[in-house]
Amino acid sequence: MYKLTGVKKDYQKGREVVHALQGVDLTIDDGEWLAIQGPTGHGKSTLLQMLGGLDRPTSGSVQFGDGSGEDLAQLRESQVTKVRAESIGFIFQTFNLVPTLTAQENVEVALVPLRVPAEERRRRAAAALADLGMADRLNHLPSELSGGQQQRVAIARALVKEPKVLLADEPTGNLDEGTRDDIMALLEKLWRDHQLTMVVVTHDSTVARRAQRLGIMKNGRLSIKQDTRSQPSASSQPTSAI
Amino acid sequence: MFFTYTRRELRRRARQASIIALGLALGIGLVITVTALSSGVKNAQGEVLHSLYGQDTDITVTKAPKAGSFFAGGGARFRFGGSSSGKRPKAGTKVTIDNLTSTGLSTLPSTDVTSVAKASNVAAAAGGLTLNDTKDSITIPSTSGGNGGFGGFGGGGGTGTFHPPTTMSVDGVDLSGNAAALGPLSAAKLVSGRTLAASDATSDVVLLDSNYATSNKLKVGSTVTIAKTSFKVVGIVSQSGGSDSTDAFIPLARAQALGTSGGKSLKGDVNTIYVAANSAQNITTVSKELSTMLPGTTVTNQNDLAKELTGSVTSASNLASNLGRWLAIAVLAAAFLLASLLTASAVSRRVREFGTLKALGWTSRRVVGQVVGEAMTIGIIGGAVGVGLGFLGSALVGDFSGSLTASLGTTTGSATPGGARTFTGAGGFPGGGGGGGGGGFGGGAGGGFSRFRGLANTAPTVHVHLTPAISADAIIAAVVLAILGGLIAGGFGGWRAARLRPAAALARVE
Repeated sequence: MYKLTGVKKDYQKGREVVHALQGVDLTIDDGEWLAIQGPTGHGKSTLLQMLGGLDRPTSGSVQFGDGSGEDLAQLRESQVTKVRAESIGFIFQTFNLVPTLTAQENVEVALVPLRVPAEERRRRAAAALADLGMADRLNHLPSELSGGQQQRVAIARALVKEPKVLLADEPTGNLDEGTRDDIMALLEKLWRDHQLTMVVVTHDSTVARRAQRLGIMKNGRLSIKQDTRSQPSASSQPTSAI
Repeated sequence: MFFTYTRRELRRRARQASIIALGLALGIGLVITVTALSSGVKNAQGEVLHSLYGQDTDITVTKAPKAGSFFAGGGARFRFGGSSSGKRPKAGTKVTIDNLTSTGLSTLPSTDVTSVAKASNVAAAAGGLTLNDTKDSITIPSTSGGNGGFGGFGGGGGTGTFHPPTTMSVDGVDLSGNAAALGPLSAAKLVSGRTLAASDATSDVVLLDSNYATSNKLKVGSTVTIAKTSFKVVGIVSQSGGSDSTDAFIPLARAQALGTSGGKSLKGDVNTIYVAANSAQNITTVSKELSTMLPGTTVTNQNDLAKELTGSVTSASNLASNLGRWLAIAVLAAAFLLASLLTASAVSRRVREFGTLKALGWTSRRVVGQVVGEAMTIGIIGGAVGVGLGFLGSALVGDFSGSLTASLGTTTGSATPGGARTFTGAGGFPGGGGGGGGGGFGGGAGGGFSRFRGLANTAPTVHVHLTPAISADAIIAAVVLAILGGLIAGGFGGWRAARLRPAAALARVE
């Protein structure tokens, strides 16, 4: 699904240049679950932004898709936006729901760029929420939902368009322990059921250990610490050495 | 999704949206009120000019009197009733004076009216006489004791009785063909009875002004004496000039037969020619042609008169076009600025929201469209309220403005040397004094006359009510301004939203 080659990202901060990513090479197979862990400010979220096309690398390539794929770093903004709309789902730490829209409308928002007719949009949004146990909360505003319920709505929003990839940035960062476990169990189930390629950025070891592969970001460099893909409980993909 | 999102978002920031809408409403309301006020003042000016010269009159031709002619021997004279000998009646005799005279304007032959009517680009021409009918009744005093005698009314004589003379303004009106549509009578509205017809050309019939009729307790069927001739009142008309309007309209032929100017009969003469051009574009051309055709006359058109209007109608016009216009522009500019700043501020607060939408695949164009749409919705609401405020403002201005006055400047028409004058108080009665004043009194006006009528010498004052007029153009302009306000505000905010990179937007801490 992904092949990152020599990806670097530098930011200008006043006179100083911050090297957020320092030459990351990474291959992510279809259907793989990769967790990326590390201290704050070492490039985890920046790497996720590269994978999602939310930002462009300073140098290097981000190949996405089947076969040779497309280099997200070279595409025009409108093309990258199209890729995000069709193929990539996002989950954020702070849920990032639109506060003025109901749960159902928040899920519909993900289908608007795909020009799905209004009636079908409503139907698919309701079904996605029902799958996540939120059928009785369709018309609630985010302010009327708990943290766990809001994250379920966000997950429904990410999955309603049937993406190839799910990118989650600290999905349980704002949740209590019990809810965290519920959400991670849910994500794991969805990963299996939908054969998603999933990348989860987290500082929580409990969350990270559930993934097939665990990468550690430190000072802008990635190293793989754990690879359980060959084990029976994980997907049967060949090990990809870094 | 767009309408739902817009509705919910505007509800969320209802207070801010209301402030923006109210600012736009105030600016737009002010623009409409000022525009309506300007239209109303223009209409009032037009009404003033029409009331003086008639609805269709574009140009007037008059002739200034010769210098000193008023007080020379040829000036208006008062003749004792029934006495043409010029001999002084016996003391104690009651004498009635009733003279219909033209003062302040020289005469023009009626043949000039025919020539003017045949000029190129002239649609119609009519002659008229602007006269005063002066009545007085005096008792001849004795001449003992070397008193002043007729040195002036009330002077000398001791036993003389002084009554201030009464004056009635009289217009002789041409009733033939197209001519009837020109002149001050054409702007008058019939209140009762009937108007004058072509068949009345040689009849002793009169139309009275409603104010004059009321104050003198006259009605249709009453009789009025003009130049010692009884005229039957056939109709009552109302005019916008108020107390300065013509008191009575009689057929031109009768005015010519009965009136005098400088002691000479007015038969075959007029003292004003009213002209209608065949189009508004030709007024100036016709004016120039008439000046050439009739040298020594004063040719005045509506544009000249409009520049010379004074009085509160002119003040209102200046107020609307200067202070009013700039105030409206300033308020509107402030409203646009406020709308832009508040919209940009709202976009700043929604950076994470817009970043999320972009992350979900919303294009910059769709995000900007959402922002612009929200701003334009506020703009349209503000515009609608602004139109309402404009109507309210116009109504209030109309209710509280009261009556406006308008006078013509001192150099209009045939001004006598020295400019316009009003004669009040003790005028000079040269030729009086000593014992036997003899026949006519030299000079005519003075003592108790409040004004002369006529284009020259005086500045007639007309009262009109200011009625602000809101046109369809003004409402369309308001809608355009509202949309423009929304576009400016939304464009500014949208531009900021479009520049956001999703990663940067999501990284912001709210």
